[in-house]
Amino acid sequence: MVAVTEITASERDASHADAVTIPVDRLPELGGPVKMQTRDLKLWYSDKQALAGINLDVPERQVTAFIGPSGCGKTTFLKCLNRMNDTIEGVRIEGDVTLDGTDVYDRSVDPVQLRARVGMVFQKPNPFPKSIYDNVAYGPRIHGLATNRGDLDAIVESSLQRAGLWNEVKDRLGEMATGMSGGQQQRLCIARTIAVSPEVILMDEPCSALDPISTARVEELIDELRDNYTIVIVTHNLQQAARVSQLTAFFHLGRLIEVNDTAEVFQNPGESMTRDYITGRFG
Amino acid sequence: MPTQHTVRSYDSELEKVDHHIIAMGGLVEDQLRNAIKALVEGDNDLARHVIEHDQDIDDHEREVDDLVTRIIALRQPLAEDLRRVKTALKVAANLERMGDLASNISKRSLVIEDVAQVPQREALRRLGNAVHGMTVDVVDAFRDGNADLARRVWNQDEQIDEMYNSVFLAILADMISDPKLIAPGTHIHFVAKNIERIGDHATNIAEMVSYMIQGQMPGEDRPKASSVVTAEDGEAAEQA
Repeated sequence: MVAVTEITASERDASHADAVTIPVDRLPELGGPVKMQTRDLKLWYSDKQALAGINLDVPERQVTAFIGPSGCGKTTFLKCLNRMNDTIEGVRIEGDVTLDGTDVYDRSVDPVQLRARVGMVFQKPNPFPKSIYDNVAYGPRIHGLATNRGDLDAIVESSLQRAGLWNEVKDRLGEMATGMSGGQQQRLCIARTIAVSPEVILMDEPCSALDPISTARVEELIDELRDNYTIVIVTHNLQQAARVSQLTAFFHLGRLIEVNDTAEVFQNPGESMTRDYITGRFG
Repeated sequence: MPTQHTVRSYDSELEKVDHHIIAMGGLVEDQLRNAIKALVEGDNDLARHVIEHDQDIDDHEREVDDLVTRIIALRQPLAEDLRRVKTALKVAANLERMGDLASNISKRSLVIEDVAQVPQREALRRLGNAVHGMTVDVVDAFRDGNADLARRVWNQDEQIDEMYNSVFLAILADMISDPKLIAPGTHIHFVAKNIERIGDHATNIAEMVSYMIQGQMPGEDRPKASSVVTAEDGEAAEQA
């Protein structure tokens, strides 16, 4: 086993040599229920440690943003929340990840069912090469959520409405999804995620391939979705993290350096590393 | 700790803002010193000089306003950078007002005909010197990012209030005893009030400098002496 302290000894910025990942007793009070929780979560890609004992509480029905430089572990951490790292060869995970208090890595948990409860939207819109209707209906079909065509139609319509896409596509549901604009494709992917009634939506840089108008639509959608869903978003766009999230977590070289109320992090960060990163003084 | 931005032009823009604030601070210090000197010594040329140069301070404020607007639009400052530009805007507005008040002192100097008749000139000079010292310190605190110095300025406001109150009562007593002093005494009272207000603006700046450095305003209420004193207070003080 690789010791945690070895992870970045040679890589870390000397001025931040004393930075440590946040212990449980320094996590902020959330003032509401915790939807997902990790404790001492460590992950290795073969012998390279990528996460060094992350403790984090994800608040229910709020947006939590993960920020940090490339390679800091934020996407790796995000993928641990719905076991998307399971299929990667050489990955070893230690520690606890819970959803409503239940260990998601327990042998009894079916990863497919877990991913229905904890859905994911990726960086690049990835619609299936099928019709708009079939993209949204795909999940409900394989999870058996609709018993007849009427039920399925209702799920497709409500999912597209929640994703703010219904009015744009209701007259062309049979057309190929791949013919939509990038922004529409990403909102379709969000609709596809919503269609299986998840409780948590993980978003990995969902707007990085979108223009400002499409980005604004997705951000508005995120704001509306948090009434019903817990959202975790990874973003390199600091302004986006500031705009859409209520809680912001800053990662650096596999460690969670700071997590706090978003307004506090962007106005008065508690850690010098966070300050250097968000003000553009890093490295 | 890295102090420079990766994008160095960002640093030079922030430095430009600082440069204008510090230049403004220096001008306000000069204007206040000259306004008091012109009044106490009856130097009308110096008073006119103060009035003419108020525009220089206003020009710097406009520059700060333009630069900060540009930085917010183009750089989207965060954390200490955000606090720095927000502070710069507020400090510039306070300094501009301090300049106006100094100019107003000089305008009153020009309408007082016989300076030898001016009551409480020396007391005014002491009040002016004290507020000038606060102004110098608070501009230094901004320039050096010195929270301790800002705190010391912040704590001086009560002392300035007390000095102003005693000057006010003394002017009142002079006017009661000699009605010929009512006209110059009234102007002098406004001058004393202007100096006290300059002290208030210096204290505002001290609060913003604390916020810029520490991320929060001073926690407790600003120490203030009573802002309303009466002739009865003066008589009571004399009897005591």
